[in-house]
Amino acid sequence: MNSAIVFLPLLGAALAGLFGRVLGDRGSQIATCVPVSISAILGWVALFQLAGGQGDQTVQIFTWIDSGAFEAAWSLRFDALTGVMLAVVGSVSALVHVYSVGYMHGDPGIPRFMSYLSLFTFSMLMLVTADNLLQLFFGWEGVGLCSYLLIGFWYKKPEANAAAIKAFLVNRVGDFGFALGIVGVFLVFNTIDLQTIFESAPRVAGSTFVFLGYEVDILTTLCLLLFMGAMGKSAQLGLHTWLPDAMEGPTPVSALIHAATMVTAGVFMVARLSPLFELAPVALEVVAFVGASTAFFAATIGLCQNDIKRVVAYSTCSQLGYMFFACGVSAYAAGIFHLFTHAFFKALLFLGSGSVIHALHGEQDMRRMGGLWRKIPITYGLMWVGSLALAGVPFFAGFYSKDIILEAAFGAHTAIGLYAFWLGIAAAVMTAFYSWRLLFMTFHGTFRGDHHKLDHAHESPPVMLIPLFFLAAGAALAGYFGLPMVESEAFWGESLRGFHAIEAAHHAPDWVVVLPTVAAAAGIAVAYLLYVLKPAWPARIAGALRPLYLFLLNKWYFDELYDAVLVRPAKAIGYALWKGGDGAVIDGLGPDGIAAATLNLARRAVRLQSGYVYHYAFAMLIGVALLVTWYLVRGVM
Amino acid sequence: MDGLPLLSLLIGLPIAGTLCMLVVRGDTAVVARNVRYIALWTSLITFGLSILLWISFDPSTADFQFVERRPWIPDYGINYHLGVDGISVLLIVLSAFLIPLCIIASWDSITTRVREYMIAFLMLEALMIGVFCALDFVLFYLFFEAMLIPMFLIIGVWGGPRRVYAAFKFFLFTLVGSVLLLLALLAMYFQAGTTDIPTLMATEFAPELQRWLWLALFASFAVKVPMWPVHTWLPDAHVEAPTAGSVILAGVLLKMGGYGFLRFSLPMLPDATAYFTPLVFTLSVVAIIYTSLVALMQEDMKKLIAYSSVAHMGFVTIGIFTLTTQGIEGGMVQMLSHGVVSGALFLCVGVVYDRMHSRLIARYGGLVHRMPIYAGVFMVFMLASVGLPGTSGFVGEFLVLTGAFQVSTWVTFLATTGIVLGAAYMLWLYRRVIFGELVREDLKSIVDLGRREILIFAPLVLVVLWIGIYPDPFLRVMHATVAHLITQTAGTVSTAELELP
Repeated sequence: MNSAIVFLPLLGAALAGLFGRVLGDRGSQIATCVPVSISAILGWVALFQLAGGQGDQTVQIFTWIDSGAFEAAWSLRFDALTGVMLAVVGSVSALVHVYSVGYMHGDPGIPRFMSYLSLFTFSMLMLVTADNLLQLFFGWEGVGLCSYLLIGFWYKKPEANAAAIKAFLVNRVGDFGFALGIVGVFLVFNTIDLQTIFESAPRVAGSTFVFLGYEVDILTTLCLLLFMGAMGKSAQLGLHTWLPDAMEGPTPVSALIHAATMVTAGVFMVARLSPLFELAPVALEVVAFVGASTAFFAATIGLCQNDIKRVVAYSTCSQLGYMFFACGVSAYAAGIFHLFTHAFFKALLFLGSGSVIHALHGEQDMRRMGGLWRKIPITYGLMWVGSLALAGVPFFAGFYSKDIILEAAFGAHTAIGLYAFWLGIAAAVMTAFYSWRLLFMTFHGTFRGDHHKLDHAHESPPVMLIPLFFLAAGAALAGYFGLPMVESEAFWGESLRGFHAIEAAHHAPDWVVVLPTVAAAAGIAVAYLLYVLKPAWPARIAGALRPLYLFLLNKWYFDELYDAVLVRPAKAIGYALWKGGDGAVIDGLGPDGIAAATLNLARRAVRLQSGYVYHYAFAMLIGVALLVTWYLVRGVM
Repeated sequence: MDGLPLLSLLIGLPIAGTLCMLVVRGDTAVVARNVRYIALWTSLITFGLSILLWISFDPSTADFQFVERRPWIPDYGINYHLGVDGISVLLIVLSAFLIPLCIIASWDSITTRVREYMIAFLMLEALMIGVFCALDFVLFYLFFEAMLIPMFLIIGVWGGPRRVYAAFKFFLFTLVGSVLLLLALLAMYFQAGTTDIPTLMATEFAPELQRWLWLALFASFAVKVPMWPVHTWLPDAHVEAPTAGSVILAGVLLKMGGYGFLRFSLPMLPDATAYFTPLVFTLSVVAIIYTSLVALMQEDMKKLIAYSSVAHMGFVTIGIFTLTTQGIEGGMVQMLSHGVVSGALFLCVGVVYDRMHSRLIARYGGLVHRMPIYAGVFMVFMLASVGLPGTSGFVGEFLVLTGAFQVSTWVTFLATTGIVLGAAYMLWLYRRVIFGELVREDLKSIVDLGRREILIFAPLVLVVLWIGIYPDPFLRVMHATVAHLITQTAGTVSTAELELP
């Protein structure tokens, strides 16, 4: 039955993808929504069974690659970590499928869209149920492909195409490390089966091998290579540039792939490999450092963005940073807990933004919004729930998960832990600020856009709102009900390590416990001050701190940097090698040069029409001459 | 099965087909139609036989199977000696698989000299299969060289405007290799007193001689692969060749080089192989990075795919020379995969070329609006070329990297950059041709794949996914042979590090 969770979405994808024209729009919607919904329900059943003490399970399907000692099978692994992911992926995916029925209404490519969504769900489920690194990589690339297809779904738009390619390529840079990590794991452990790796990892801890000419610690190197893949997929600092651009895709895609599920795959991978990372303390410090830096960095950019979806996108990037530094201080369960709660409230925020965009017929710029709460009150209320959860206001989902992460960071009592803690607090202030900035700019004040659009603004249909209510319930309650499960080592069993960090989180001093809430309140207060009480101030602040403002508005100039350092040189070198290397040097000295010389010679030697058989004979003659010479020389020696 | 000379049948059948074509009479249209059907049925039956060969092949042994041996030139001990092992059997299947597709692809697009064209293709098939089953060096050499003639004619007669230059360049490069191959053949004969390949494999050549022989063989095979820097004939040959010619060129002819390394260089010259491995690695890594960058800037679709072929074949040579199970098997899978995928990509270009008579990327754009099926098919092969898991391209590439990592981390590290660059040029190509707004007036009436074209692409798509998801039937055949090959070559092999210039 558990296999059905994974393969039902594939069935839906195949039906809609191959027979979309026969089934029509409505048929394709039914053919995808129904299997995914069943899969989601079965996913929750599996989670409760696992929580109820049913043992881990592995389902072998068939051999994939078998070459010498290298063996990889198609097999599904079900344990507590998988169970949580099945529930998250299944439910968000099912809700997004249903929401898409309303959101994509009237689009000419509905069967294709639904097919891609289901294919994504399948790939993501393959990823979380992977029993070996190669299958993990299969799911990893599969979700990457679907992300590429869905970002570029509106293929007429040049920006969408550019964003799609960028997403794929930046992820490939991460995969570069991931792939090297996998082959490295095979070299060291002679297997890529997860269970076997975990069992033999302690024996390898502390040993070194030669990598690129340097003597390095094995596990640190492998973990860092694998983490490079995670950085790409989860848009961490340096490899984050694709995520904001990915907002060119339809909004349901942003909610499902670029908020709730795919981008968290990196966190999942680190958690899945926690027995390995636990033995590589240096790698963990890097994870914590990158995570904390990203949490802070992305939050600063979120402060100044004007596109409603980009604000939420940078917030996703920032929240992923939290999850990573939780893993970096060994609090894997906390990281996964935040992944779990974040999936609900971030999907809610995205779909809520989608509802706003839908109401305004495609308008995404918050500078041309305002005062919308009267027009779309239900969306407004739901966005409040999402923002409260995101900011970590007490008793909403984000409150529980963010608190335990920050406490664990503090409780680690290491330099890197404190770094993460303080950046996390700073990011929490900014998170609350930009969330309420979004709410105020969108829903309060007066409408600043085209009044024609305002007149036609309308609340979304029930098929879009009902999924939002489910997500809002998750955003409100997932933290409270999830917390006991997360803190129980018995629940996780063998699937996660590092419970000492969760234990340490409980011993954090009171001020540490209160500080995140204070930070959230401070952020909200500042946003209220700037965008409700003194709406003229933001422009004045931006003017006064113009260099800083431009720096943030232009996203720390990462895109410009990469374009100048990587993209343009690659093109220039490619062109130079083509014209110079191939054209002038190789051909000039080789065939063209020889051809000219031969022709010359041939014309002089014999007055025959230049036929190609003749050339052949001529060259054979040279060959025989060389041959004879060679044997003569050998004979002399 | 016993007693049936399956290999001779595989070689003889296409030749018999050409003889049938010669006697076809009637006016031009009738001849053309009849000849097409003869070619198609001959190649289909040959393909059926090759499948039979694959099924009845015993994967548990590394010995040559289906061996046929008759005296040919007894005075010199030269025999008509055929046989297959786990390496050659799949390459025969690949050749026999691609030829019928080529014939269907040429159905409407070739209208002049149809009889000669089809004869050239069937002769090519016979000779290619001959190369893969020959177990006598002289026989191998004959097939290997004779094969160039139909290929040369296909480019030179039915090719594009610059076909003469391209055919000439193609010939010149391969000729240099051929001469050296002949030299090596003679030297081996004088040294060992035989041209029998299994005997030569057991012969130990002096280390000094091995190096010379190795270089002579290398010159020939490296041109075929093609390895950097002797690759420049390939883009020109592809651009000018008719679609089906490109398919065979990329699909099978390039594999002759890899096959040559596996059949001759490795088992016969193990010391020299170990000695020159760093050279091969260096050239392969350069090929991967260099040609990927060059591919990025191409304006002609066929040239772009040709350059990508050089990069992909770089993985093959790396894999073969790692002398690890994963490396060699990966190299083999990569050869099969590349044969199918690059062939299919050239067919994809052929589809739009038949309609618009242009291969320039800038000439297209937004094709998905008019040709959704084409866009989907092209997508599958584009992703296979990029090496997405689940497609054939991934299995080969990944196994090669696994093998390479055991030998040299630098080689692996640099080769892996190819997966980033490969994605860049393919995705960019796809975007410029398929996506975007359909602006050009004349493209607004372009039609999607017809039934005949779908018939060509369907088996290719299925094979790409089959190798990607369940490559075991392919790998299983190789295990014993590859293990044997490694023991033949190993022992003298030390770990090689890449020598950076």
